[in-house]
Amino acid sequence: MSPVPEAVDTPIKEPSLGYQLRVVQEVVLALLAKEPSHGYQLRAQLQLALGPLADALNAGQVYVTLNRLESAGLVTSERLDEADRSNRKVYELTAAGRARVTEWLQDTSWPKPAPAQFHLKLVAAAAAGLGDPVRLVDAQRHALLAELAAVQRTALAEPAGSVAGLLLEGIVLRLQADLRWLEACARHWNAPERTVSAPQGEQEQVRRRDRS
Amino acid sequence: MSDVTNTFVLQARGLRMDYGQGEGLVRALDGVDLQVPAGETLAVMGPSGCGKSTLLHLLGGLERPSEGEVWLQGRRIDQLSEKTLAGLRRHTIGFVFQAFHLMDELTAVENIELPALLAGRSPRAARRRATELLEQVGLTERATHLPSALSGGQRQRVAIARALGNDPLVVLADEPTGNLDSAATLDVLRLLDSLRSAGQTLVVVTHDARIAATADRLISMRDGAFVEATRLTRGSSVPLGELTQLER
Repeated sequence: MSPVPEAVDTPIKEPSLGYQLRVVQEVVLALLAKEPSHGYQLRAQLQLALGPLADALNAGQVYVTLNRLESAGLVTSERLDEADRSNRKVYELTAAGRARVTEWLQDTSWPKPAPAQFHLKLVAAAAAGLGDPVRLVDAQRHALLAELAAVQRTALAEPAGSVAGLLLEGIVLRLQADLRWLEACARHWNAPERTVSAPQGEQEQVRRRDRS
Repeated sequence: MSDVTNTFVLQARGLRMDYGQGEGLVRALDGVDLQVPAGETLAVMGPSGCGKSTLLHLLGGLERPSEGEVWLQGRRIDQLSEKTLAGLRRHTIGFVFQAFHLMDELTAVENIELPALLAGRSPRAARRRATELLEQVGLTERATHLPSALSGGQRQRVAIARALGNDPLVVLADEPTGNLDSAATLDVLRLLDSLRSAGQTLVVVTHDARIAATADRLISMRDGAFVEATRLTRGSSVPLGELTQLER
């Protein structure tokens, strides 16, 4: 099998490509662990699992991923029926692919939840007098609530017991957690005499803003 | 009658509410303007003490503002006599409270039909409507249960059905899930979402993000004033797929 031309990679921005696609690669590998399968079958399985969120998966992604996996020696492919004009290949895990799946299942890494960027944005805005942190929190809360509203409506439209509904519930719960933290931010920055302590040694304090 | 007031079910202008006086004066509301068109569900969020419950009381004619006007379907209500106001509340406004406020000695269906009976409807018509409403809130099998035999979520659904009993112009809900666990909150959330779909005009005051997210429009309050407003419906501006972070 010929390796995938590098050009396939170019439309997607480089920094996030590695990690994000790696996830999908291993999902595709794991889906092949039970039995060899066509690409379109894998795609259907992913769509079922993602439900209304499946638009994150562009049409060719499964095939691009399979090609990469093949050039990495993690899957092999075969045309079962040479007369099949649709040219459909059946993909199968190699021993290396199976080892990778096992390793992936045992991996406990998790998306890092610390909202440090936004926290620092508030601190910086307050310190530099660039704006009222409370107003930034309000705007951020409303943006997340709009997301929550969209996801929640999608979740309510899912039939009971839908596997995609479980994913939507996960998104809802995360947004709720973020919103609770933003409430804590609002309380903190709304306190009348809020100051940002300067580093040890410098006794100077940075006043958040005038509250006349 | 003003020319602009007819296009909105509920309208408030320059609402101010003070409690106490002198040194102890607390300004609960400070210059609030609000317009709620027919069929809109509006959520008001804010920390406790921000004035959101006071706002709801003024909108429902439960209290009178220190200053400003409240209009209900083209009629100014903040200066009406207590008697007229009481009639208005019975016939045109549905209230939902955090603590349910059901009559303990009445069954679910009797609680629901009570406002219709008080409004002078025939017992038969009142019962028919109450039975429909029980079905709407998914509690047909609980019709003859006393509130004490119902879960918190079921009680609140009965209370919401009761609020709908007289086909009110607007339903005003004050922290409807404040006393509920998350499973019961989900029941109420589904019900509120179905009311929104059905075009019921509704104002809900809440600190619960999921309840607020069922609304068409969201307003945040702080220190007696509105600080942020967002339309939550009118298409989804959020591409759902992005939320999976499978690919960027």
